[in-house]
Amino acid sequence: MSQSTHHGDPDALIGPGHTMATLTDKISGIVLTQKHPLQWFAITGIAAIFASLLGLTVLNLFFTGIGVWGPNNPVGWGFDIINFVWWIGIGHAGTLISAILLLLKQEWRTSINRSAEAMTVFAVMCAGMYPLLHTGRPWLAYWLLPIPNTMGMWPQFRSPLIWDVFAVSTYATVSMLFWYVGLIPDFAVLRDKATKKVQKVVYGMLALGWRNAARHWDRYETAYLLLAGMSTPLVLSVHTVVSFDFAAGIIPGWHTTVFPPYFVAGAIFAGFAMVLTLSIPLRIWYGVDDLITDKHLDNMAKVLLATGWIVTYGYAVEAFMCFYSGSTYEEFMLLNRLKGPYWFQYWSLLLTNCLLPQIMWIPKLRRNIWALYFVAMSVNIGMWLERYIIIVVSLHRDFLPSSWGMYAGSRWDWAMFLGTLGFFTTAFMLFVRFLPMISIAEMKALVPHKPGLTTGGRGAAAHH
Amino acid sequence: MSHTQHDASPIYGYLAEFDDKDALFACAQAARARGFTEIEAYTPTPLHGLPEILGYKNYVPHLVFLGGVAGVLTGFGLCYWVSVLEYPLNIGGKPFNSWQAFVVPTFETMILFASLTAVFGMIILNGLPQPYHPVFNVEKFARCSDDRFFFVVLSRDPKFDAHDTRRFLADQKALSVDEVPH
Repeated sequence: MSQSTHHGDPDALIGPGHTMATLTDKISGIVLTQKHPLQWFAITGIAAIFASLLGLTVLNLFFTGIGVWGPNNPVGWGFDIINFVWWIGIGHAGTLISAILLLLKQEWRTSINRSAEAMTVFAVMCAGMYPLLHTGRPWLAYWLLPIPNTMGMWPQFRSPLIWDVFAVSTYATVSMLFWYVGLIPDFAVLRDKATKKVQKVVYGMLALGWRNAARHWDRYETAYLLLAGMSTPLVLSVHTVVSFDFAAGIIPGWHTTVFPPYFVAGAIFAGFAMVLTLSIPLRIWYGVDDLITDKHLDNMAKVLLATGWIVTYGYAVEAFMCFYSGSTYEEFMLLNRLKGPYWFQYWSLLLTNCLLPQIMWIPKLRRNIWALYFVAMSVNIGMWLERYIIIVVSLHRDFLPSSWGMYAGSRWDWAMFLGTLGFFTTAFMLFVRFLPMISIAEMKALVPHKPGLTTGGRGAAAHH
Repeated sequence: MSHTQHDASPIYGYLAEFDDKDALFACAQAARARGFTEIEAYTPTPLHGLPEILGYKNYVPHLVFLGGVAGVLTGFGLCYWVSVLEYPLNIGGKPFNSWQAFVVPTFETMILFASLTAVFGMIILNGLPQPYHPVFNVEKFARCSDDRFFFVVLSRDPKFDAHDTRRFLADQKALSVDEVPH
């Protein structure tokens, strides 16, 4: 059904025949009218059940303690940190799309940045839950913050774990600000288009009285650009700091300098896979394939391919260094990955992250939604396995064979993981329902103009 | 609908409507050439060069810079104060002022403070949130967030004259010119 609207240029970023008015109507219509596809109700319903499961697992954790999870000695980190890193990595693609691609003037980002930013916000929420809950006594989580207290207790600023607190909380705040700032003009559109009183009031309040004044736009664009400029080093710092949680340790498989760049690349890799996972169904169900075009899918597939190779390079360097270092423990760590008790996970990782995405070399498959979905799912799984390998396999056999052990996620581990997936999906579906999933104001800048009337070019002429 | 009135004029100004941004640019330039100073343009999407024609200064970047500096000082100050002054702990023989390690929290607070300044600075300089504004009294102004461009000359402009200003705007290829009540 999706191919029918594309008659013209296969590389178009916006379907033919769109004007400012049709964009407004189409995107705001999704939110303002009550018509939603059956799939929306089905997915939201199922996801909400899993989100409730999250509530149940957290409740159980509070009452029983983290003993309900799988971690043990020597594997002190399990699903909690695997899922933390997995979710936060997914969030990074949202920032990459909204900030880095904006700075690089990649116009194709415009129709996917809003949903990618929403994905970031919800993914960071899922990520943030884990470190808080894995402290075991989450009601004491404020100990992580530099709050003056009668115990005279302060955070240890030399520890990567406290850097993580600063990095992730800043990232969560800035992601939400970025998302909200982007939404302000669109709230104004919804306010002006709304026919129902409640919509007018709610969107009107969220729009803060935005009235599209030229001076306001100017400050707005400056603020937005600066936010993008600051989010870019921020997102790199966040996953770098996450990788420091490992790299600053002495465990073989953790103690390596390749971690920061390869974690960041892996995060973008995982995030683009998740953007594809979310946007492919959306464009079918909501018929927005004239806004999220085949060209977008093609570009995302290319990013996936490129970051996939950086990740593959990371694995290769890691393996090479194990032998080149001459360290017995490093060498053993690699052999243990290849043929130890977790060999299946490691080989699956190589298959899903390195091998399967290679089908994206074929241009036809980059525009085939089934092939793309297959690869996206493969990477979603692969990146989860990557964190599993890094955390579990490195910890379970370190220096002393007498302290070796095995790890498996408990049923509560799995329940909570499924729960966060449910929470994430529910939140995302509500976003689709109540907020414009594509930036209306930004899309208007892409509408073809009469010759010589580009939005950006005018400025150069008028500026002195 | 009347609100606190700052001046004696019974109206806020005149609002001209355009369906083409070229016409809006021409109108803005003509208005400046005529000596109007209390003017504003409204556009569905940002148009570069327009604010410069209207004549104003954008202080958001300066604020953000100050926010970033405040973030650096706060972040590093916090680490230093906690680790050197308030509760010095010997960790593996590292110096109390392990400034290399403090770079990360300092960097994060810099980004945090600068980002908060960018967002709230923009909102506050824009005078938002603003529950009421006279331009919304003109019903067709709602199309500004859709596909129409608007230009307003305020009645408090020293050169404002009810009759002449209206004629001036009508001459600018405007689709319509409306009186904006307070």
